[in-house]
Order: sequence, then structure tokens, then C-alpha cells
Amino acid sequence: MEARIDSRKFKKVTRRELLKLAPLLAVGAFGIPKLQEPLLKAGLGFSDWASARGFRSGHLATTFADSELAPFEKFPINGYDVADPGVDLEKWTLTVAGAVQKPGDYTLAQIQALPRKRQNTRHVCVEGWDVIGRFGGTRLSDFLKLIGADTTARFITVECADDYYESLDMATALHPQTLLCYEMYDQALTREHGAPVRLNIPTKVGYKQAKYLTNLSVTNVLDRVGYWEDQGYSRFYGL
Amino acid sequence: MHEAVIEIESPKTREVEPAVYEHPWAVRFSHWLNAVSLLVMVASGFQIFRAFPSFGAKIPQKDLLHWPKAFALGGWLGGGLQWHLTFMWIYIATGLFYLGYQMFSRNHRQVLFTPRDIRGVWPMVHYYFFFGPKPVVREVYNPLQKLAYTSVVGLGVLSVATGLAVWKPVQFSWLAWMMGGFHWARIWHFAVMWAILFFLLGHLIMVVLHGWNNFASMLTGWKKNPEYLER
Repeated sequence: MEARIDSRKFKKVTRRELLKLAPLLAVGAFGIPKLQEPLLKAGLGFSDWASARGFRSGHLATTFADSELAPFEKFPINGYDVADPGVDLEKWTLTVAGAVQKPGDYTLAQIQALPRKRQNTRHVCVEGWDVIGRFGGTRLSDFLKLIGADTTARFITVECADDYYESLDMATALHPQTLLCYEMYDQALTREHGAPVRLNIPTKVGYKQAKYLTNLSVTNVLDRVGYWEDQGYSRFYGL
Repeated sequence: MHEAVIEIESPKTREVEPAVYEHPWAVRFSHWLNAVSLLVMVASGFQIFRAFPSFGAKIPQKDLLHWPKAFALGGWLGGGLQWHLTFMWIYIATGLFYLGYQMFSRNHRQVLFTPRDIRGVWPMVHYYFFFGPKPVVREVYNPLQKLAYTSVVGLGVLSVATGLAVWKPVQFSWLAWMMGGFHWARIWHFAVMWAILFFLLGHLIMVVLHGWNNFASMLTGWKKNPEYLER
């Protein structure tokens, strides 16, 4: 099947083929400063949407043998400003508000009266490092039951003694490995690790696992997402 | 297997030379879109890597290499992640589009490395690297090219698989398990990227060596006077 054409006509053919690649120029939108931010925001938003859709509430994070634990001294401490915000551990309470039947202040003793769960899980930091640690506490889902939380609400928000703040989707809050953590390596949480109570969420990246909790709320609307999320990190970041 | 061969006649000299339509639009489109997203993925990947440029423990942290900020995209870790988590969808979609097109159009026969290509590999290696005689080529791609292009598609699939294991080590725990857990998945993801960059280096050297006519064929689809045509 051989045809013969004029070289000028051939030039037209090749030019037309080249022009057919013009849709590729659409990628150039990422190079336009005004469009770049909304486009990347949309891309990250799509990733978060897909992540939330793909989250399986019954699927457990891998747990590890005691022999695989990192030594406690080698468990990194990543505070965002201070290592110790000076919480008065004697007077500490967790203040509960929002869509709950029993709002108010809850003491550590009340939290510790709930069933204790201990787990050896992997802590993954957004920076890329990971460490296997031992955490103990009460299931957040048990605590939500205690306070009579409306679990059809969309989010849990927490505030911290160091002004850090975070939010959590309800599916993750109800996950059986999501803990109100008051122990590491079978000892009471130390100040650097977020005493007296922090979140331990093996299905989330590290920055979602806030320390030094002071307030917890159940809500359908978020005024703000989280300290890092509001600067451009993923709002879901489930592992 | 040269579907579209034509003869081009110069109106002045009446000389005739053949041209072949080598690369269909879908292949060219995927190639260039992938070129862009691959560069974005690598550059933003380095930005993410800069946040913890190590594969050991956090305490004590031993940095593997200091990647210069000038060759990283996004400005900071959060920015790098935004680029990476946006362009990964383009990267994956382009790959699926390419593979789908190649299969359904049967155009994969042009490039897919099959067992019958095995014996042609050594003569090409001999020719390129050890000044051996030039083997006779009768197809668009020689056996070594087929091997390279088929392998790099495999590397692309691996880059997505290792990336998924790094991004979602719990949801894709079976993938992470196959790679030795999250910690190892991150190492594999990095290794696959270097393998792709190694291919890219060889690819660019070959493009430069083969000149404009060959390069233009990836833009227009047409190649004048390809060497494999029997004259």
C-alpha cells in the first residue's frame, strides 16, 4: 500500500499531526502562577477524596511483636513548638463539647476507667521516617460512647495545650485502633510525648496524632482543619 | 508491518523518498504528557525526600545525600506533596491510556519485547558498546529498543505500586508486605526512580545520536527514510 504525494503536501500532513498534540499545552496551566495554587489544591483535594472513599473501617494496621519495637529512647519527639507546654497534670481535664449528650470536663481517671488497649504499631511521619512503638490507652470509640457522641456527625476536633489543633473524620475516629493514648511502652505518657493524653492513630500520618489534648468536640462543620493542613498539607492523610 | 508507507516526491528534482507513519497520535500524546509528569514526579519526589534524606532510623539520623533545593519542586515539603499527589493521577492515567491503546489497537506488537527478540539483543549490545558489526534491522524498533521500552513500562508500573505502598501502607498492606513493609517500600520507590532516570539518560543519549529526523517522528508521527525499509 504505497501512495505517492508531493513534498509540499507532506509538509501539510506533518504540520497537522503536530497540531494534534496541542491539547498537551493544557498542562502549561500549572505554570501560570494564578492557576497553580487552585490546581494543586484541587489535585490534593481529589487525593483526599479518594483516600476517604478507600478507607476501610474494619481493616487493621499491621501490629508487631515486642522484639520489633524501637527502644523508647529512640522514639522521635516532634513537637511543633515546645517539648513541654507546662500542663498541670493534677488539674488536667479533657473538655468535651459539640454534638454529644454529656458535654463537660472529663478527668484522666474517667478515661482510664474505660477498657485499656495496648498495641505495637508503626508510626509514620509525613517527612518519611517511621518507627515501631508501643502505645496504650482507651479506644476513642469507647470514649465517644461514654460522652454520648453523635457518631453520624462528620468530624472530631481536638485542641491542645500548645495551641496545636487537629480534626479527624468520623470513620477514623471509630476505627478500633484509634486510641486516646495515655501510655507508651506501658508507662504513663511523658511530657515530651504529649502527657497526659494524646491521639494514637495507626491509620494516620503523624501530624494527625495530636499531643497534650485539652479539648475534644464532635461537629459537622470545620472552621479550621488542622495546624499543618491549614498551611497546605493533606487534610485526610490516611495511611 | 509498516502500515503506512508513502513516497514523497520533490516537485523540482522529481526525487522520491519513502516515509513511514511510525507513532500514532495516542503514543505521541502519552509520550509527551508522560515526559512532563515524570519530571514533575521526580522533582517533587526529591522535595519530599529532602524532608528526611535518609533510609535509616530517625534517631540518630544519618543523611544519605543532600539534594540541592534548586532541583526540587514545590518549595517546601507541603508544596512537594501537593505536586506529587496531583501529578500522580496524571501519571497513572497516562500510563493506563497508553497501555489500553497499545493493547486494543494491537500497536503493542511494534514495541513489546517477546521471546523471539531475545537472540537479537546481544548483536545490538555488541554493536552499540563493543564496536561490533551493525545488525540488519527490519522493524521500527530493534530488539534492544524493545527490551528497553518494555522494561521501562514495567518500571512505571513498579513506581506506582511502590508509591501506593508508601502513601497507603495500611490500606495496601499486602503491597507493603510484599515489599517488606513501609520502611522498605520507601527504599524500593526511590530505587525504581533511579532506574527510570537511568533509562532516561540512555534514552536521551540515543535521541541526540539519532538526530532530528528521528526526534521529529515523535512529534509528527512520520519518519522519512527509515533505515529498516528495504530499498
